[in-house]
Parts: sequence; C-alpha cells; structure tokens
Amino acid sequence: MKFNSLDWELLGAITELNELPKGAINIRKDGEAIVRNSSPNITISSFIDKPGIIVEIKPETKDESVHVPVLLTNSGLKDKVYNTFIVGENADITIIAGCGIHNESHADSAHDGIHEIIVKKGARMKYIEKHYGQGKGKGKRIFNPTTIIRVEEDGVAELEMVQIEGVDDTIRPTTAYVGKKASLTIVERLLTHGEQKAESDVKIYIEGEGGAAQILSRSIARDTSEQVFRAAMIGQTECLGHVECDSIIMGNAKIKAVPELVAESADAVLTHEAAIGKIAGEQLIKLMSLGLTEPEAIDTILEGFLR
Amino acid sequence: MLRLENISLTVNNNGESKDILNNINISFVPGKLYGITGPNGGGKTSIAKTIMGIFKPNTGSIYLNEEDISDLDVAERAKKGIAYAFQQPPRFKGLTVEDLLKIARPDIETMEMRKTIRDVGLCPEDYLARDLGPGLSGGEMKRIEIAQVLTRNAEISIFDEPEAGVDLWTIQRLIFAIMQNFKTRPDATAIIITHNENVLPLCDEIIVVEDGEISAIGKPDEVWSLIREEIECQRRNECRGEMLNEIQ
Ligand SMILES: Nc1ncnc2c1ncn2[C@@H]1O[C@H](COP(=O)(O)OP(=O)(O)OP(=O)(O)O)[C@@H](O)[C@H]1O
Ligand SMILES: [Mg+2]
Repeated sequence: MKFNSLDWELLGAITELNELPKGAINIRKDGEAIVRNSSPNITISSFIDKPGIIVEIKPETKDESVHVPVLLTNSGLKDKVYNTFIVGENADITIIAGCGIHNESHADSAHDGIHEIIVKKGARMKYIEKHYGQGKGKGKRIFNPTTIIRVEEDGVAELEMVQIEGVDDTIRPTTAYVGKKASLTIVERLLTHGEQKAESDVKIYIEGEGGAAQILSRSIARDTSEQVFRAAMIGQTECLGHVECDSIIMGNAKIKAVPELVAESADAVLTHEAAIGKIAGEQLIKLMSLGLTEPEAIDTILEGFLR
Repeated sequence: MLRLENISLTVNNNGESKDILNNINISFVPGKLYGITGPNGGGKTSIAKTIMGIFKPNTGSIYLNEEDISDLDVAERAKKGIAYAFQQPPRFKGLTVEDLLKIARPDIETMEMRKTIRDVGLCPEDYLARDLGPGLSGGEMKRIEIAQVLTRNAEISIFDEPEAGVDLWTIQRLIFAIMQNFKTRPDATAIIITHNENVLPLCDEIIVVEDGEISAIGKPDEVWSLIREEIECQRRNECRGEMLNEIQ
C-alpha cells in the first residue's frame, strides 16, 4: 500500500479514518486509485471515457457505508474527477467523500470533483464531504466541487458539506431535484480565514408533490476572507422548502448571503431565514465570567457554531 | 470578604454621560446571604456587573479578601472565585447545556452535573444535550444559568433575579437549591438580586438600591417594613389618584 504519514493525516482530517475500513472503499491519490475494494452490495468501477468512478449500491442494502476520499499531495496538480453514486431502491447507506490537499510549493493545487448522486425510490442516503487543505507553500489549495443530486419518490437524502481549514479558493455549485414525498437536507459548514474565498451556489427544485427540502448553512468568515452564499429553493408543486443561513463575521471579512424563494405552485410553502452578525459581546462576557480568556471564549463560540 | 469602596460608575450613552452608580460602599462577609432589591433601573445589575468586572467604575476600588482586584478582567475575577448568574443569559448556537456546565467547571463529574440540573427543576435526560440556541424557553435558560453558577461553588455567587420568568412551581425550588449550595460552604457568600417578597425574608441582610445609591441596608424585618410603608404610601397617594385620573 502506498500510504505515508502525510496521507494518513489528510485521510484522518477528512474521513476520521486511521486504518482502512472493511467494506467498499476507493482512495484516489494524485490522480490515480491506490485502493479499491468493492463489497457484495456495493460495486465500484471506473468510467471508460473519463477519470472517476461509479459507485453502485444494490437495492435493499442496509446499514453499510462506502468511503471515497481523494488526496492531493503532488504540488501543482490539477485533478478533475467524475463520481457517480447510484443508491438502489430502499437501500440505507452512508457515503463518506471528501478531499485533502497538501501543498508545499508555489504552484496551485486544485481538485475539481463532479458528483452525481441518484437516490432511488425509498432509499435513504447520508453523504458527508469534508474539504481540508494544509501545507506552507504559497500555491493555492483550490476545490471546485459540483454536485448534482436527484432524490426519487419517498427517498431521503442528507448532504453534509464541511470545509473548516486550509482551503484557499472554492466555488461550489449544487443542484438538486426532489421527487414525490422525497426529502433532502443540505447542511453546510464553512470557515474561511486569511484571504480565502468561498462561493456556494445551491439550487433545489422540488418537483414532486409532498416533497420537502431544506438548506441549513452556518459559516464563519475571519480576517479578510470573502464568502458568497446563494441558495435558491424552487417549489414547483405542493411542497415544503426552507433556507437558513447563519453567519458570524469577524475582522475585515465580507459575507454575502442571497436566499431566493421561487414558488411555481400555490401549494408551495417556502420560507427563509438569514442572519449575519459578529459574536455578541454578551456571549464573550458570559464565557469569560466562567473563567475563559477572550481568545478561548471566541474559539469556544466558533467551534460550537460550526459543530 | 468582598468590599466595594467608593464605587461610582458613569456610562457613555450616545455621547451623553450618565451616572449609574454613585459612591457605593458595601462589605459582603462570608457565610451570609445578601438580598439586593430596589426599583427598576436603580442600579442592582450594575453593581453585580461592576463586581464581576464587566463594568469598570470611574472611581473606587474592589477588594476580595483584602486583595485589590479592581484591575482584574472578567476572566481573572472568575478564577479568583466570583460567579455571576446573568439577569438575561445570552444564547449560544451549537453549545449544549452540558458544554456550558463543563466550561463552568471543567472537572465536573457526570453525576454532579445531572444533580445540578435536577436541582433547578429540569430533567437531565432531556436537557444536558439541548442546544443553548433559540430552542430553549426563557425560563429554561434562566434555570440553566443558575445551575451553571451553582456548579462553580464560587466564593462569591451573585444571582441576578433568579426568579424572573420562572414559573411559580419552580421559584421555591431554585431558591432552595441556591440556599442548599450556599449552606454547605461556610466561607461562601451569596448575593441574590430580587424583587420577590418570599425570597427577601430568607436573606441575612437586605440592601436597597435606588437611583444608583444605597438607600437602606439592614435585617429583612427592618428594611422590609420600610419598603412596605413606602409602597403603601405611594399606593395611597399619588399612584392611585393619578391612575384613576387617567382612567377617567
Ligand atoms: N450599558 C448601559 N448604557 C447605558 N445605560 C445603562 C447601561 N447599563 C445600565 N444602564 C442604565 O443604568 C441604570 C441602572 O441599570 P441596572 O440594570 O443596573 O438596573 P437594575 O436595578 O438592575 O434594574 P432592574 O430591576 O430593571 O433589573 C438604568 O437607568 C439603565 O438604563
Ligand atoms: Mg437588573
């Protein structure tokens, strides 16, 4: 196996793994698959015409998980990859994706992932994607994940997207289609600092009657970092949609939050809540009155907020 | 012993300076339970915040066991043994009740944490994992705030209107929890800011704060009769007359 301690460090940061798990897994490092195991219910195969994998989960598969992390340690590498996940009818599955970049050089490293997820009738899926960057080089660590997800009738999907450290530049378009009585929750956690830039653009089309979707975003922007968050909820039939974005702004950072509700049916119920603010003085004082110093109090508030 | 000497506090309110406390002198001795009362806006919370280091007085000094702590910040005073339960505790999205209790006392054992939550009338199973965000009611926040100060077993514990927003069924219980916690620690001092006429008689000493000054200090029966008279008098004279006039 071609793992060194740096690989484990990146893997740990994005998947919390410290050994290879049993079951289905695909680890892509610097543009090639270095580990690939299918399981009886989950097959992982390569695309013929483009880089990337197809992960197929058999119908009725229960309580299994599949890990598909990506590692970039070769500086200056620009890796583009297509991943398709097909979650079979009535399956119940967790997908742990994510990407870690280590860049010590002055050349930019970039990972562009194009993810397509289909959650079939009655299936349940939780998809966790963490992005993490490290390394002292001036070269940027760039992620541009594009996600397209379709949740079919009675399906339940939850996407958790987390980016807490070391990512210089990210543009993240997500498009989702929610079917009849299906439900989709997108949870975003984002921290930017230094001169980082992050842009997130989510569009959810609720197409099926009785469909439900929500976007819950929490972010923190420190220093001179900039964030743009666009979230559109398009209700095309009788449905429930909710957008919530809550941000803490610090230093000279900039945050732009643009929630958008589009009702194309009189039976669509769509709501949004957006708030941007700094840490309240009362919160700091409360924690300091329990013995924390001001920096400790700030860290505690920020950590809690992004949990 | 906690001693406030010649404390005056002026705040800057939209460019205008406003006197809030005027030459406050009090000593709080160990083993005693103090009640601070007085009209709204009189300066009770300001005294508490000045003790905690949240407000910096313009003049005067604060001594804890004869050590001048006037220049210490909030965190340093907390470490010296001062604890303050806020009148309006702030909310924290993402922090749980358990997180906060552990910040209040890092070495707290699970059993004790559960007991404290029970002492303030909440069920640990339901509440320890609850988020301190907008999902908790005002009364629940208040009880958790008190629990948090109780866990600290501080030398000086200040409770700012512990009864405010708390239901009738729970007030007694909260006061009992505060008294219990305080009674087991002979060197501790408890200060309760309150408007509750069932709580004030339980105190060893009552301090009345009005217009930024201490207008009376003494045993509950002495002070209580003074307050009573004043309130009765107001009721009979001006207020009733005025109110009736307005109604007519
Ligand atoms: N930060 C502040 N800026 C301006 N004025 C303030 C500030 N804090 C308090 N005050 C004023 O100081 C006075 C005393 O306030 P304080 O909160 O100490 O009263 P209190 O006795 O605790 O009243 P209550 O019974 O309503 O809680 C009030 O007139 C209040 O408006
Ligand atoms: Mg007050």
